[in-house]
Amino acid sequence: MRIGVPKEIHAGEKRVATVPEVAEKLMKLGFSVAVETGAGDSANFSDDAYREVGCSIAADAKSLWAESDIVLKVRGPQVHPELAVDEVDYLREGGYLISFIWPAQNPELMERLAAKKATVLAMDSVPRISRAQKLDALSSMANIAGYRAVIEAAQHFGRFFTGQVTAAGKVPPAKVFVIGCGVAGLAALGAASGLGAIVRATDTRPEVKDQVKSMGAEFVEVDYQEEGTGVGGYAKVMSEGYQKAQREMIARQCMDVDIVITTALIPGKPAPRLITAGMVESMKPGSVIVDLAAEQGGNCELTVPGEVVVRHGVTIIGYTDLPSRLARQSSTLYATNLLRLMEELCPNKDGTINVNMEDEVIRGTTVIKEGEITWPPPPPKISAAPVGATPAPPVEVKKVEKKPLLPAWAKTGITLGVAGLLFYGLGAVAPAAFMSHFTVFVLACFVGYMVIWNVTPALHTPLMSVTNAISSIIAIGALIQISSPGALITILAGLAIVLTSVNMAGGFWVTQRMLRMFRK
Amino acid sequence: MSEGLVTVSYIGSTVLFILSLGGLSHPETARRGNFYGILGMSIAILATVLGPKVTSYVPIIVAMLIGGSVGVYAAIKVKMTEMPELVALMHSLVGLAAVLVGYANFIDPTAAFTGVEKTIHEVEIYLGVLIGAVTFSGSVIAFGKLSGKIDGKPVLLPARHWINLGLLILAIILGVGFINAQSTAGGFVPLLLMTALALAFGVHMVMAIGGADMPVVVSMLNSYSGWAASATGFMLSNDLLIVTGALVGSSGAILSYIMCRAMNRHFLSVIAGGFGTGTGVTPAAGAGPAGEVQPITPEETAELLRNASRVILVPGYGMAVAQAQHTVYEITRLLREKGVDVRFAIHPVAGRMPGHMNVLLAEAKVPYDIVLEMDEINEDFPETDVAMVIGANDIVNPAAQEDPNSPIAGMPVLEVWKAKTSIVMKRSMASGYAGVDNPLFYKENNRMLFGDAKKMLDEVLKHLQG
Repeated sequence: MRIGVPKEIHAGEKRVATVPEVAEKLMKLGFSVAVETGAGDSANFSDDAYREVGCSIAADAKSLWAESDIVLKVRGPQVHPELAVDEVDYLREGGYLISFIWPAQNPELMERLAAKKATVLAMDSVPRISRAQKLDALSSMANIAGYRAVIEAAQHFGRFFTGQVTAAGKVPPAKVFVIGCGVAGLAALGAASGLGAIVRATDTRPEVKDQVKSMGAEFVEVDYQEEGTGVGGYAKVMSEGYQKAQREMIARQCMDVDIVITTALIPGKPAPRLITAGMVESMKPGSVIVDLAAEQGGNCELTVPGEVVVRHGVTIIGYTDLPSRLARQSSTLYATNLLRLMEELCPNKDGTINVNMEDEVIRGTTVIKEGEITWPPPPPKISAAPVGATPAPPVEVKKVEKKPLLPAWAKTGITLGVAGLLFYGLGAVAPAAFMSHFTVFVLACFVGYMVIWNVTPALHTPLMSVTNAISSIIAIGALIQISSPGALITILAGLAIVLTSVNMAGGFWVTQRMLRMFRK
Repeated sequence: MSEGLVTVSYIGSTVLFILSLGGLSHPETARRGNFYGILGMSIAILATVLGPKVTSYVPIIVAMLIGGSVGVYAAIKVKMTEMPELVALMHSLVGLAAVLVGYANFIDPTAAFTGVEKTIHEVEIYLGVLIGAVTFSGSVIAFGKLSGKIDGKPVLLPARHWINLGLLILAIILGVGFINAQSTAGGFVPLLLMTALALAFGVHMVMAIGGADMPVVVSMLNSYSGWAASATGFMLSNDLLIVTGALVGSSGAILSYIMCRAMNRHFLSVIAGGFGTGTGVTPAAGAGPAGEVQPITPEETAELLRNASRVILVPGYGMAVAQAQHTVYEITRLLREKGVDVRFAIHPVAGRMPGHMNVLLAEAKVPYDIVLEMDEINEDFPETDVAMVIGANDIVNPAAQEDPNSPIAGMPVLEVWKAKTSIVMKRSMASGYAGVDNPLFYKENNRMLFGDAKKMLDEVLKHLQG
């Protein structure tokens, strides 16, 4: 089948759906690949680079769409009045389209695509299960957005990120506060701490705390008890009381930090308003806010989507095209995500695709199948999702609790009683000579107990070989007996001496050999 | 040498033995500890030989020369990977010696006791021989299992608990017969029968224990050899033997306890044999981890290691089998020269005897201060870039924490999956000794490096050098 990659027509979009390196791998799957001329220009991939790996170059969009069985795109199809282009019209009757679609926000687009009898796979609808991680384009784009957010912030921030002591005076490090620690938030944390800033972060989902710490950042908790994990590891809407506590905490942080990066999103809902105009006012002049949720309305009240504005002396960056601002990188990652999806769709590597609706990943991604709208998919089954994203099913953890026959105090009492009786019995019958040996024995057990607990586990093997050597002290018994009358005794005792000598010499020697190896 | 001088020497060697064990608490004092042990032993033997009870010297010197040279030869020849086998074999010698000394004492006509003293003396002989025989046969089987001469899988006879109980009752009945016997000859039959029973018991007990539980068995037999010495001491009214035996006995018992705790197993359930039997919980059907593993090449592994700033290596029995410890050290040295912080995480039951991994790493000259215990290092995994598992499986299985139905649930494990990337070296996808599937392999941040540990590590080393 023929794959077509058109040039993106959305204003300012610089990404392209495949890059030469990945196109080569698509061809190995048995597909032929056609690229519209100039499709990769903005991402620094020339037509020649595509030609070199064997792609054909189509002269214009119309012919490319017409000749392609499968169209790979970044943005969903749209109308461009100036160029007089309507991509849905270009799409072949019954053709395949793979791109971002956002079906919930674009019902009209869905209807038009369905009317074309198309099969549409939406890269924004890939289910959040571990098997689908490799084709999760949202994560790869979020990663880039998080990184770029820090770079944009640095651009507008008038100071160093890292603290320095220079001949011209001391420079304090910048403080960066990240709200929402999904992929983008964590990427931002990593980039900011890499530049040397002091980084802090918060999130409603408590399980990300460890991830935040692993990035070298401090986790700021909201002083309110509520679990914030929704379906599939995304966040959910929190209660009123929690939101109040959260606002207070964010207000405190805003007064202290220099840069705020917000990434808080709840699936299918407008972005939560976390930063009010008042909080912006309270920030130090020259501070920067980067609002990654700008497209969904923004986490900050004063964000203007797509623009950089200055309010109360604070720069508020509301770019909605951060991945596109790193076009070469994001194109490469997106193309790889698409490649992984194609591998899933084409398991036989024969250049044909099979939209297998039994497969959980393909089922979730497919939003229109042969003109029939299949979105939304049934909720994802949680099979072997990573720990962080699995809400532990509380019913399964039913412990088989055996009821003890006796309460603990009774057990202790009985043990003590039996021991006491045994000792009493022994004391009553045994002769004095035995008792003195017995005293020695019990004391020795205690000394052994005390001494051995101090032995470092690294030396357990030498400990065993040395105690083994010491236990050949039994030779003393044989030594005493060997002088007794009777040949049999002499032979038995002699044999015992041989055996214990093996042990003695071997044990000490091998211990010495081992210990000599332990060195700092 | 008078009786008093002998006693004083015995006290001296007792103190030296205690100092010897105390010295082993730290690698820096350990060699001195071993020296104390040798000194104590020499004093004890010299005092005994020069004491009033010993008159014939030639057989002693001949026997000690023969035994000593065999022992030294074995100690020089043994490979460090074979330490568990050697230790098990040596335990069997102590056991056998205890049996022989018991017999010799029994037929010794000079020892004349009457009344309660006679009974107690005979109980002591009986117990000494019993423990000695169990130690002997158990150690021989443990040696066979460790050296691969006997299959490592647990051999579970039907109704094995009843067999053990029957053997115990029989031993008690024979014991009563033995004590009530009027003449030496009359007592011999029950004593011989009991020895046979005890030997059978030792074989049966160790046969039922699986390979993964070997650290417990080895330390348990260590403990038994101590108790055998102690029982012999009671028999001969010799305090030195009693004290030393008790020291060794409690040492082995504590080691067994530590090993059991490291596996979250009850001591009795290990001794009763088999794995997971009697718990009655089967893993939920179909709960096996789904997903696919992501293989990695040695070249990519080298790349990952080179770019990491913190690396933790987790060695297991697989490293011992492949004799890969020297290559591991070479890789460690190279990475440390490049400024990578490399450390080792040792699970208490990694390998086939307590401290097995530490000895192997020490042999390969890995400095002991970068070899850390589980409790010391487990918290550091989240800050680690690469955690590399070399031939281990169950000790890094997250199911122990995540799946309450897993047979190894609750066992403390090394949390390698919390590292940014974990690499597991394995020969194949087979499960470990516990027979439990390992969800670690399917984690998204885990990579599998398939192949023989030694060969693969050599490759990694080559790429690191290149």
